[in-house]
Amino acid sequence: MSEPIICLKNISVSFNNEKILNNLNLSIKNGEFVTILGPSGCGKTTTLRIIGGFLKPDSGDIFFEGKKVNDVPAHKREVNTIFQKYALFPHLNVYNNVAFGMKIQKKPEDEIKKTVNDMLSMVNLKSFVNRDISSLSGGQQQRIAIARALVNHPKVILLDEPLGALDLKLRKDMQSELKKLQQKTGITFILVTHDQEEALSMSDTVVVMDKGVIQQIGSPQDIYNEPKNAFVADFIGESNIIDGVMLDDYKVKFERQEFECLDKGFAKNEPVDVVIRPEDIEVVAPGDGHISGIVTSVTFKGVHNETIIDVNGFKWMIQTTKYLNENDKIGMILEPDDIHIMKKSDYSGEFGDYSAFSDEIYEEQTRKPERVKGR
Amino acid sequence: MKTQRIIFPYAVWSLLFTVLPLILMFTLAFTDSSEKLTIDNFLQVGKYSSVFVRSMWLGGFSTLVCFIIGYPVAYFISKIHVKNQGLVLVFMMIPMWMSFLLRTYAWITILENNGLINTFLRSLGLGEIRIINTQWAVIIGMVYNFLPYMVFPIYSVLAKIDTKIIEAAQDLGANKQKVFSKVIFPLSIPGVISGIIMVFVPSVSTFIISKMLGGGSNLLIGDLIEMQFLGTTYNPNLGSAISLVLMVIIMICMGIMNKFDSEEEKRQAIMM
Repeated sequence: MSEPIICLKNISVSFNNEKILNNLNLSIKNGEFVTILGPSGCGKTTTLRIIGGFLKPDSGDIFFEGKKVNDVPAHKREVNTIFQKYALFPHLNVYNNVAFGMKIQKKPEDEIKKTVNDMLSMVNLKSFVNRDISSLSGGQQQRIAIARALVNHPKVILLDEPLGALDLKLRKDMQSELKKLQQKTGITFILVTHDQEEALSMSDTVVVMDKGVIQQIGSPQDIYNEPKNAFVADFIGESNIIDGVMLDDYKVKFERQEFECLDKGFAKNEPVDVVIRPEDIEVVAPGDGHISGIVTSVTFKGVHNETIIDVNGFKWMIQTTKYLNENDKIGMILEPDDIHIMKKSDYSGEFGDYSAFSDEIYEEQTRKPERVKGR
Repeated sequence: MKTQRIIFPYAVWSLLFTVLPLILMFTLAFTDSSEKLTIDNFLQVGKYSSVFVRSMWLGGFSTLVCFIIGYPVAYFISKIHVKNQGLVLVFMMIPMWMSFLLRTYAWITILENNGLINTFLRSLGLGEIRIINTQWAVIIGMVYNFLPYMVFPIYSVLAKIDTKIIEAAQDLGANKQKVFSKVIFPLSIPGVISGIIMVFVPSVSTFIISKMLGGGSNLLIGDLIEMQFLGTTYNPNLGSAISLVLMVIIMICMGIMNKFDSEEEKRQAIMM
């Protein structure tokens, strides 16, 4: 379990003079479910293509079970990919799509038949053996793509945003199915996604990327609870990120007040980013909290109300089940374990203020689809 | 309906220049010169079966040669950088902007006994070869004139194949040859079929190429029909009958081809 199955060392890739990957180092343990998470254009798909053998890095080495595989072409790597839009063979039926890899390897006909049928029943599509690919729904095509990859018993499966084209309900089902499949087969899964919830709920390890650089590697809990910088804090869930000063170990000052916290090891009076998750903030009467502010907007989200609070001009987001009215004055309680301290980074000041919240949503929706790189 | 109004000019056009002539041809084929009903014309067509066979053979062979040359060309164009694809296609098309007659005429000066090829061979002391006025000259003429019609449909299908599908094949262990034989070629079959139809049909019915390059000895159906209308053996009734038979033969060929095509197309309905 501890021997890394895949190791990327000092990988750099440029495309049209634009650095896509910048000195990337990543090692992946055997049997892990790893998710590479990041916004469009962060280099996550490029990383996957390098592992798959579809793209050669400008510099750096790729090791597979300790062996350098820089010059091993895609068709000789013990890695199979599940593509974003499935990339099933339109001229072949379900059976022949799944059997493709085994037929290439010239496996005996009855072994192929048995394995393919087993695989199809595993993905609950046994009765579809002779169907045309074009007659299947998105979810069914997805399952065929999974079966087609698994049938070759690869050591690693690469998944390139495999659930992006499915609707929400189906996506949730497939998430748990994939997770179960991974646990059952013990194959290393490397999944690429921009969906933070998907990353948190499926992975053993999450790799957060931005601008071709790994921002943080850790378990979903680590990533969520101890984000390394403002980018990670903002990308994974919602975060209020406030400028603060570390007065001493376990003592931070922001919003003109001193708070107790659980972090230490900073220099005296070091400027830091303070992260407070919206769901951690307790709403009380104006005088009873540590800080107080005025409600500027309330959005009903089902499980909670997403409420924006103006605290001395800085807009905080809180998620509360209490219904508040606009212009209400409220108090907020911040317990020591609600407060996470991060070192200042290039991302400081870019995220964490909700005064332009509506614009941010707009940006999300109009985000361009990820460019295809490395042709 | 708007669409009905838009189609109106074409409806008039096809009525005047397709439907009416067809009716005219039909009536001519089933009557004699004194306008009496007869099937004599069709019985006479049998006499020319050797011409039909020769036309089919030359047309079929030219189509095969076009495929053998055209597929690699189309494949090559689809593989080069997208920016250059248009340029190469334009180069392929430039000869088509010249008159068909002129192009074919030019081949005479290349192929004739004192033409370019033989002058060259003689200068090397290799003697000479007789090409002009043989079947080979006709085949060369057909291949030269119809090759683009093979290349374009194959190219357009190849260019549309999703690179992810090719990557998927590599991913599943297919080397270059296997990727081609198991994925690229099967997916390009609809283009191949269109190409074959687009080359075979004009090859079978051409008349000017055989006349100019094949001399008198390589009479094709096209020449035969032309002779009945414009030539010495003026007999539009027989000409119409031959035309109809040719039409039926071509339609049968296309029908067979289309059957392949529609089966492929069904699978081609890619879910993007």
